[in-house]
Amino acid sequence: MPAASDVHRTGNGTLATQAEHSTNRRDFIFVATGSVAAVGAAATIWPLINQLNPDASTLALASIEFNLAGIEVGQSVTITWRGLPVFVRHRTQKEIDEAKAVPLSDLKDPATDEERTKPGHEDWLIMIANCTHLGCVPIGEAGDFDGWFCPCHGSHYDSAGRIRKGPAPLNLVLPPYEFISDTLVQIG
Amino acid sequence: MSEHSTYTPGTGIEKWLDERLPIIRFSKEHLMDFPTPKNLNYWWTFGAILVMCLVVQIVTGVILAMHYTPNVAMAFDSVEHIRRDVNGGRIIQATHAVGASMFFAAVYIHIFRGMYFGSYKAPREILWILGVLIFVLMMATAFMGYVLPWGQMSGWAATVITNIFAAIPVIGNPLLELLRGGFSVGNPTLNRFFSLHYLLPFVIAAVIVLHIWALHVPGNNNPTGVDVKSSRDTLPFHPYYTMKDAFGMVLFMIPFAWFIFFAPDILGHPDNYIQFNSQVTPTHIVPEWYFLPFYAILRAIDFNILFIDSKLGGVIFFGGSIVILFFLPWLDRSKVRSGNFRPMFKWFYWLFVINFVALTYLGAAPAEGIYVILAKICTAYYFIHFLVILPVLGRIEKPRPLPTSISESVLGKSHA
Amino acid sequence: MFNTKTILAAIALVAGFASVSAAQAAEGGAPIEKQNWSFAGIFGTYDTNQLQRGFQVFREVCSSCHGARLISFRNLSEKGGPNFSEAQVKALAAEYDIADPTADGGTRKGVAADRWPSPFATEQDARDANGGAMPPDFSVLAKARGVKEEGLWWIANYFTGYSEGGPDYIHALLNGYHDEVPESAPHNSDGTPFELAEGKHYNDYFPGHAIGMGPPLSDELVAYEPGENGEEVPLTVEQYSHDVSAFMMWMAEPGLVARKETGFKVLLFLFVFAGLMYATKRKIWRGIEH
Repeated sequence: MPAASDVHRTGNGTLATQAEHSTNRRDFIFVATGSVAAVGAAATIWPLINQLNPDASTLALASIEFNLAGIEVGQSVTITWRGLPVFVRHRTQKEIDEAKAVPLSDLKDPATDEERTKPGHEDWLIMIANCTHLGCVPIGEAGDFDGWFCPCHGSHYDSAGRIRKGPAPLNLVLPPYEFISDTLVQIG
Repeated sequence: MSEHSTYTPGTGIEKWLDERLPIIRFSKEHLMDFPTPKNLNYWWTFGAILVMCLVVQIVTGVILAMHYTPNVAMAFDSVEHIRRDVNGGRIIQATHAVGASMFFAAVYIHIFRGMYFGSYKAPREILWILGVLIFVLMMATAFMGYVLPWGQMSGWAATVITNIFAAIPVIGNPLLELLRGGFSVGNPTLNRFFSLHYLLPFVIAAVIVLHIWALHVPGNNNPTGVDVKSSRDTLPFHPYYTMKDAFGMVLFMIPFAWFIFFAPDILGHPDNYIQFNSQVTPTHIVPEWYFLPFYAILRAIDFNILFIDSKLGGVIFFGGSIVILFFLPWLDRSKVRSGNFRPMFKWFYWLFVINFVALTYLGAAPAEGIYVILAKICTAYYFIHFLVILPVLGRIEKPRPLPTSISESVLGKSHA
Repeated sequence: MFNTKTILAAIALVAGFASVSAAQAAEGGAPIEKQNWSFAGIFGTYDTNQLQRGFQVFREVCSSCHGARLISFRNLSEKGGPNFSEAQVKALAAEYDIADPTADGGTRKGVAADRWPSPFATEQDARDANGGAMPPDFSVLAKARGVKEEGLWWIANYFTGYSEGGPDYIHALLNGYHDEVPESAPHNSDGTPFELAEGKHYNDYFPGHAIGMGPPLSDELVAYEPGENGEEVPLTVEQYSHDVSAFMMWMAEPGLVARKETGFKVLLFLFVFAGLMYATKRKIWRGIEH
């Protein structure tokens, strides 16, 4: 078997000079080819990664409209938005008053009731229904604060969905939403 | 194989690594310094192109599997979901589908190159046998992949091809049920084909490693077929052949991209856009183009041979047409490798190529009239080439004088 | 480097490679006349106005029997398609009742994300309403039909990228009806004249000529709105069939325009890259006898 090293040492003269040339001179054509190859590689890799992103059918459901008509005062429903459970609660006046009466200093994650609802629609509370502790779905109209109680690890939320007691660190998360009309909300 | 190593670890860490896992030394020996005949032409770039094809198929295939559902109720729609909704899905799916065709186009060129230049002859018999094994594995993988979109052609291809096994005496029918996981092609069939279609490419990759290993023991054949005599006959693989192969790959990507972006369905069948219906067969069922020569052989046997019925006969010839390739190194008795120096072989080689193309055409033609007769003639010639022509040529042919070395032939050519 | 043999071999392989389609096209029927489509060729794009008209034909005529289960309302406002506004699509979707087991009464108004509702609840219902024949789903139908080429012309398709066999066939089919079995009808194998079964219609291009669907289009069946600049589109079967065929091609291949745009860039890149690679390879090999 011929040794490749021989090629470099004793191979024909042109090869040796050629090898020196190609390594020593930052030749334009090599740089150009290398750069174009790099651009090509990047342009190939991006779609291979981008396909992991949510697809068009998923994105189409990223924003939903929900009709509130028919949910009586004191009633709540759980709907699905982006695969997550969402509480929609039509609060009673008593719940609203209780929530407003709590001083911010009593709260672990301070937020006013106004910040938890939309102006003019204080009777509606719309929250992502996963406990901020480890993600269980709390039970409604339960717990020590007339709100929600998470059975997994014992977190208590009040009637504005704020954490009051237990291991959860934060209030129940509000999804981005807005009222399109008095009875129609767009979530997401 | 380590005698041509020029690697000397530069730093302490490299030395430490080299004593434990000499991966840098190995790469340098086999990917960079490997002495390669200096006269390889562009037909030799197809080896590298094939590696590229396998990588493309595995990468796009793994991605498709992230979005595909192997269930008879959802498979068809999930492929459309990939095309319509997944980001870049249409291109990735088209790359995989067109890629299968390009893979086979390249492998046929690679095989016919080996046949012309006698690359299967001693000491490269194992190299050749591993190559044929890869080809068989590719056919199995491609077939099962074709079933996954669950169109009319998918389902009926699965039905027809699994039925081939029913021709085997005694165990045929139990084997058929075993393969299908039922009495007909259905959900269990689709699921196992998906599983195996995912597995086999990695088996192919492993056999390719063996194929390259078997290549690196004797080194490359070359267009003269003359053994490497001295270092004047060779060049280090890098940068000479890395660059030549890379250029070949880029050229190959041009028709590849043309099909992906401008005619992604032209290599397939419109019928595969109809969901599989076990009640209705398409009026004309044809396999993918790369199976056509062998399909023509399968169909050509429409008569009983002694106690063997036509169905089993077809299967025997179909299997035989591939199995015979394994024996090629021992059927061709000529001591001269390259067809360039074999005046008679050259003619028969091209006749064989034309015959093979004719079989491809006949595989797609309706089985009627003149086509039936032609298919029989071409099938017969396929076997005669291997079993009669090659052995006889080895005895009667007078080869042209060979150059004494690669360097001599190269110099002779450039001064001519 | 490339001698005659090499070229011969290349031709042989290309021919082998190309022999796929010899029999892939639909069987039977008269030769189909190819049409000029705006979406043919490497620069082809959909004609937005044509797709909107085609959608109107589909909605007012075809969709009463044919489904399009893979199409979502939102697709109608996506780039490269009929280009309806999102508001138009939202309003359109709301006109349809969508089956939803979670909704009151089992149905609700459609939203943009919903799939196009099927005209029949089950396949059996579809067959019962159509004399036993199942009206095929339109989602990918334009790609599930092809044109059989005469002789070896299919080889040319690999170089032109001809992918419009589906719309060509659909256009031909829609214009291929006869009220009576024509003179040109093939005779049965025993020499008796062609007999049309009860409830079937004669069509030049349908395989076997006896099609369950009656002529779906007639002149002035669909009232097109005049275009923005007041141009009148003819209200003819010829025009309707072109428009609806184009719309069906869009349904089957909604990403066609984006695909070709990317393809053009990719090919351009590859040509430049190949040129540079060749130059680099030459430079490295300079002075080597090989």
